[in-house]
Amino acid sequence: MTKTTINGRVGTPQPHESAHLHVSGEAQYIDDLPEPIGTLHAAIGMSERAHARIRSIDLDPVRSAPGVVDVIAAGDVPGANDIGGPVKDDPIFADGLVQYVGQSVFAVAAISVEHARRAARLAVIEYQDLEPILDIDTALEKQSFVLPTMTMVRGDAKKAIQRSPHRLRDRFRFGGQEQFYLEGHIAFALPKEDGDMLVHSSSQHPSEVQHVVAHALGKTAKDVVVECRRMGGGFGGKETQPALFASIAALLASRTGRAVKVRPDRDTDMVMTGKRHGYRVDYDVGFDEDGQIKGIEFVFASRCGMSADLSGPVNDRTMFHADNAYYFENVAITSHRCKTNTVSNTAFRGFGGPQGMMAIEWVMDEIARFLKADPLDIRTRNFYGIGDRDITPYRMKVEDNRLMDIVPELEKTSDYRNRRREIDEFNASSELLKKGIALTPVKFGISFTATHYNQAGALILIYSDGTLQLNHGGTEMGQGLFTKVAQVVAEELQIDIGRIRCTPSDTARVPNASATAASSGSDLNGMAAQAAARTLKERLAKFAAAEYGVAPEQVEFRDDHVHVGDEKVPFAELTNRAWLGRVSLSATGFYKTPKIHYDRSTLTGRPFYYFAYGAAVSEVVIDVLTGEYKVARVDILHDVGESLNPAIDMGQIEGGFIQGMGWLTTEELWWNAKGELQTHAPSTYKIPVASDMPEVFNVQLLRSGRNNEPTIHRSKAVGEPPLMLAISVFHAIKDAVASVGRQRLSPRLSGPATPEEVLMAIEDLNRRLAAENGRTSQGVA
Amino acid sequence: MTATKQSGSAAPSDEIRFILDGEVISLRGIDPNTTVLNYLRETLRRTGTKEGCAEGDCGACTVVVGELDGDRVRFRAINSCIQFVPTLDGKQLFTVESLRAPDGSLHPVQEAMVECHGSQCGFCTPGFVMSLFAMYKSEPEPDRARINDILAGNLCRCTGYRPILDAAERMYRLASNGNGGGADRPYAASDAAQPSAAERAMTERLRAIQRTGRLALTGPDLSGGQRTYYAPTTVADLADLVETHPDAHILAGGTDIGLWVTKSHMDLDAIIYLGNVEELKVLEVDDSHIEIGAAVTITDAHELIGEHFPDMGEMYRRFASPPIRNAATIGGNVANGSPIGDSMPGLIALGASLVLRRGAKTRELPLDEFYLAYQKTALEAGEFLERVRLPLAPADRHFRTYKITKRFDQDISAVCGAYSFRLEENRLRDVRICYGGMAAIPQRASQCETALEGKPWNDSTLAAGMEALDRDYAPIEDMRASVEYRRLVTRNLLRKLFLETSGWPGETRVLEHPNRQGQGART
Repeated sequence: MTKTTINGRVGTPQPHESAHLHVSGEAQYIDDLPEPIGTLHAAIGMSERAHARIRSIDLDPVRSAPGVVDVIAAGDVPGANDIGGPVKDDPIFADGLVQYVGQSVFAVAAISVEHARRAARLAVIEYQDLEPILDIDTALEKQSFVLPTMTMVRGDAKKAIQRSPHRLRDRFRFGGQEQFYLEGHIAFALPKEDGDMLVHSSSQHPSEVQHVVAHALGKTAKDVVVECRRMGGGFGGKETQPALFASIAALLASRTGRAVKVRPDRDTDMVMTGKRHGYRVDYDVGFDEDGQIKGIEFVFASRCGMSADLSGPVNDRTMFHADNAYYFENVAITSHRCKTNTVSNTAFRGFGGPQGMMAIEWVMDEIARFLKADPLDIRTRNFYGIGDRDITPYRMKVEDNRLMDIVPELEKTSDYRNRRREIDEFNASSELLKKGIALTPVKFGISFTATHYNQAGALILIYSDGTLQLNHGGTEMGQGLFTKVAQVVAEELQIDIGRIRCTPSDTARVPNASATAASSGSDLNGMAAQAAARTLKERLAKFAAAEYGVAPEQVEFRDDHVHVGDEKVPFAELTNRAWLGRVSLSATGFYKTPKIHYDRSTLTGRPFYYFAYGAAVSEVVIDVLTGEYKVARVDILHDVGESLNPAIDMGQIEGGFIQGMGWLTTEELWWNAKGELQTHAPSTYKIPVASDMPEVFNVQLLRSGRNNEPTIHRSKAVGEPPLMLAISVFHAIKDAVASVGRQRLSPRLSGPATPEEVLMAIEDLNRRLAAENGRTSQGVA
Repeated sequence: MTATKQSGSAAPSDEIRFILDGEVISLRGIDPNTTVLNYLRETLRRTGTKEGCAEGDCGACTVVVGELDGDRVRFRAINSCIQFVPTLDGKQLFTVESLRAPDGSLHPVQEAMVECHGSQCGFCTPGFVMSLFAMYKSEPEPDRARINDILAGNLCRCTGYRPILDAAERMYRLASNGNGGGADRPYAASDAAQPSAAERAMTERLRAIQRTGRLALTGPDLSGGQRTYYAPTTVADLADLVETHPDAHILAGGTDIGLWVTKSHMDLDAIIYLGNVEELKVLEVDDSHIEIGAAVTITDAHELIGEHFPDMGEMYRRFASPPIRNAATIGGNVANGSPIGDSMPGLIALGASLVLRRGAKTRELPLDEFYLAYQKTALEAGEFLERVRLPLAPADRHFRTYKITKRFDQDISAVCGAYSFRLEENRLRDVRICYGGMAAIPQRASQCETALEGKPWNDSTLAAGMEALDRDYAPIEDMRASVEYRRLVTRNLLRKLFLETSGWPGETRVLEHPNRQGQGART
C-alpha cells in the first residue's frame, strides 16, 4: 500500500514517546540505571536548627558507623562551596552558620542507602542558636531581604485612588506549594579518567548542574558531563535544586573514585528543597461606579527563604502578572523579597505569576462584592482593550488579546449566567450546603524575563540506514517536549516519527542550554530542531538533485520518502547514498527569540514574546458546619495557538489546573514554632487525588487559536498558564462562603482554602454579620 | 541470603516461598526487615516498581499479590514499600514487569493507559497500572466512584487524573483483543461462578507452597547481628511465641510498622506475623456480635460492617487507599492505639470489646478501657489481641461517624467523631460519643454524654452538649488542624448529628455515600 502521509505529524495526538515504556516499567529513571561494582550511596546530614552558629561538629561517629566509606563537610570542598546563581549565598555545606532546618551540613557515603542514612543520624553537632525569622511579617519588621525591593510604576496611582468614587484597602495571604514531583531528587556521579566526571542528574537544567559541579570540584565545564534522559516530574522544583545533590555526588565520587548516588528520601527532599513562594499582599484600589479600576497599588511580600536562588525573577514575574488580564492606567507595584530562616524557595510552575494573578483576581472579587455586582462583569469591564487600553504596567503593548473571544464563549458554553441564578436559588433554600461559582481569566507572558535565556540549540544525527537521533537542550520531565520536538522534525523531513530516537539531554551534545522552564521548551527547542532539520534537508535535497540529475526544486520530501523528479526514493536509500557520497549527515540548529528586550532597572520593555490566554469557570459546594467542599464542575477554554499535539496540550491543561487547584485548596505547608516543616511527606501534605477531579470537567482548546507571532508552527506555550485557571476554584469557594451572609459581606479567606480555612472564614463572617446586625438593631432602636 | 527456584514440596520452616512470573522463589537468610520494594529493586533489579514516599501514601510502589481464597485466587494491590518480604510467603507476586504477554504485547491495562495518554512523566504509572490491574482482575464494571476509590492511593502530579480514569474504563473494552489480557481475565472470585483453567492452575501452584507449620526465618541485620521472623499458623502457636518473645513486634498488615523501618530506621529484631493464622481471619456475625479476628483486613471487614453501620462502612472506605486497606487490619489499628486511628471512635461508640489472649487464657475488655495513655494500652507482656467484638445495635439505635480531613481520600483525620444513641419518646438514651484527634487517646466525650443522656433531643440539649464538648477535650495544634478548628468542628459535628437524626429535610453532606440515604435508626 502506498503511504499517503507520515506518522507523527505536527498537530496530531501522538502518544508520549515513552508511553509504552512508562506503562511497562521499562522507562529508566536515574535510580533505575545499572550500578557499577562498588557504587556508594550517600546521605546528607541536615541542620536541626533554623538559625544558629555551629559551635562544634563531631563526625567521628558517622565515620565509624558500619558500611561508611567517606564523610565530607564544608572544609572538604576543593572548589567553590556554593550552588547559588548570581548571588553566592547558597552553600553546598553550611560553613559555621545554619540558616534553616534541613540545610545540608555534611554528607556520608556508604555501601548501601540504609547504611548511609543511619550513619547520617549519628553526627553530634552543637549549635549556638540565633534568633530565627520564620515568617513574612517578622522579616518585613526586621527589613530582612534576600534582594532589594523593586517597584514598578505607571501613572500616578495614589492620586488616582484618592480621586476615585470608591476605594478599598486590605491585606490577604496565600501559602506556598511543594512541587511534589513523584520522582524525588537524585544524582548519580561516575568518575572518569583525568578527573572528569559524568553526572546523571534529575534536572531541568543540566548545563547549570555542569557548571556548579565543575566549580565545586575546582574544575571547568569541559571536565564535567551531565546527562538526563527523563525526570519523574519537575514543575520548576528541578530547575536550580538538583545542583546540590549533583555536587555532593560528584565530590564524593571524586574523593573515593567510586560511583556515588545521592537519593534523598521523600521527607528529606521536601525538607531540604525549595517550593513555591508564599505571599502577603496589601492593596489599595480606587474604582468607579461600574467597577473600573482608576488606580491601584500593590505591595507584595514573599517568603524567599534563606537565599536568593530564583527569588529575583520569581518576584519580578509576580509584578508582571499583577495586571493579569486588566488594564491599569495608574499603578504602583512594590515587591519585597523577604529573607526567612526557612528553605530557600524556588521555581514552581507559574514562577511568581500565579501569585500576582491571585492578587488582582482577589481585588476584582472584592470590588464586585462591594458594588453588589457579578464578579464576571467587573472583570470584563477591566479587560485590556483591543486597539486601546492595551499597555501593560511595564509598557508592553498587548497585541494579541484573545480574551474577547475566550470569555464570552466560555460564559455561553458553561451556561454561567443560568447557573449563577440556580446557585442563588439553591443557596436560598439550603442551609448546610452552599454553592459558589467563579469565572477567572488567565493572560500569561511567554519568555524568560532574563533575555539571554531565550536561546536554544539542537543536534540531529542522520545515520546511513535512514534513522535519526534527535537531541536538543530541552529536558523531558513528562510534559511531552521530546514528543513535540520529534513531531517537528518528522514534519520538517516528512518522515515517520518512528525513525527518530530522542536522546537524553546531555551537556556533551548541546552546550550552554537554558533551563527547560518558563513554558518555553517547545518554543525554543522546536525551532532549534527545525533549523537543524532544515539544514540537513537542504543538504540531502542538493545531493539528491545532483545524484539523480534533476533541479533542486524537483526534490520533495513527502510520505516518508524523497521524491526526486518522477522517482520515489525511500528515505533510507537516499541517506545511504548520501553517506556513500560523503555528505555530512549531522547538523546543529539554533534559535533565539526575536523582539524581546527588557530593562531590569526600570522594569520596562517587552519581556514577553507573546501571551497565552485561557479562562475557567468553577463551581463548588461547601459544608458550612465543617468547611469541607467538593469541586462539582469545571469548564475551561484555553488558547494553545495551533496545537503541536492536542493530546499533550490537553494533558498540560488538565494537569496544570488540578495542580493549581491543589495549591489553593488542600496543599498546606505547615512549619512549627521551631521552623521545622511538619508537612514533609504525602501522609501530611495532600495533593489532589483522583476523586478530587471535578465531577464534570469540560476542557476545550480555543478553536481559533493561532499565534500572531511566527512561533514553531504557530503554537503557543502551554506548560504554566493552565495552572492559574485554578484561581477560579478559590474564588468559587469564596463565593460559596459569601452566600452564608447572603452575599452581604466579603469573606476573609486565605489560601490554601483548606476545610479549616473555609470554616474559619465562615465563623469570621458570622461574627461580622452578628456585629453588623447588632449595630443595625441599635440604630433602629 | 540464598535464593533458589524450585517446584513445590513441603515448606521448610526457615525458608519463604512465593511465586513470581510463574516460578517459585525460595529465600533463606534474608533480613526480615527487607521491604518488598527494596528486594525487587536492589536484589532482583526489577526497577519498574518505584519508590515515591516509602510510607504507602503515593502508590508508585504498588504491586499485586494473588492469594488463595478457598478454590479461588484474590488479586490485591499492596504498597511494596512497607511490606516485608517474608509476608509474601505462600503468595503470588505480580509486578509491572509481569504484565506484558510472552510476545511482548502490552496488557489491556497498559494499552489503555497509552491510548488515553494516561502517563506524562511516567514515574507514578507502574503503580497506577498495578492498581488498575488488580481491579481488572477482580471487578467487571466499576463505575467512576469505584474507580476513584480504587485509585485513592495513587498520586499523579502530571495528568490531573482524567486520562487515567478514561483508561480505567477503556481497558475493559480492550479485554478481548487477545494481546495477553483477554485469556487471563476471569480469575477473580467476584467475576465468574467457576474458576477458569488458568485460575485453577494458579490455585494449584499456590497450594503447593502453603505451609502447615511455623515459619521461623533468620537473617542478618546491617551490623552483623541476626533478626528473626516468626509466622505461626495456629493461635496456640502464636500464643506460645508471644509469651516466649514478649519483646517481639506483632505484625499484621504492617502499614504502620513498615514505616518504623523505612522512616525511623528502627531495628525490628524479632517479628511475629499474624497473617498465616487462619483462626485470626475469622469474620462472623451471630445474633449479637460481629466477631473480627485480629488478622482480618479492612478490605475484608468493611463491607460487612458497612451493612450494619453504613457510616462505619464509609469511614472504612475513607480510612485509607485500597492497597492500605488490603493489608491493614482492624486489629492492628486498634492495638496500635494511635490517637488518630479511625477505627476507635466508631468502635467505642458502638460498645466494642476486645478479646485479649495470653497463653491459653483470654479476657474480654471494653475497648474504651483499653487505652491508658498516649500509645499505652492495657496489653500485658506476652498478651496479644485475638479479636474485636462489635455488638450489633438494637434496631432503634442511631449511629453516625464523621471523618474530618484536608482531603477526602487517603488522609489522616484531624478529627473523627462517632455517636451512638437511642431515642425513647424523643429522649436520648445510651448515649456514647467518642472523638479521635482530640486527646492523647481515642477518648469518650463523657461530659457531653452526660449532658445528653435522658434529655429531649432538641436545640437546648444540643447547645448543652456542644458546650460540654469544650470541657471534654483540650486538643493540640498540629499540621492537621488548629486548636480552634478542632474545637469548632467537634461542636459542629454534634449539630450535624442532631440535624441528621431529627428530621432535617435538607442535604447535610458534601460527600454522600450510597448507603447513607435513609440511615436512621433501623426499624
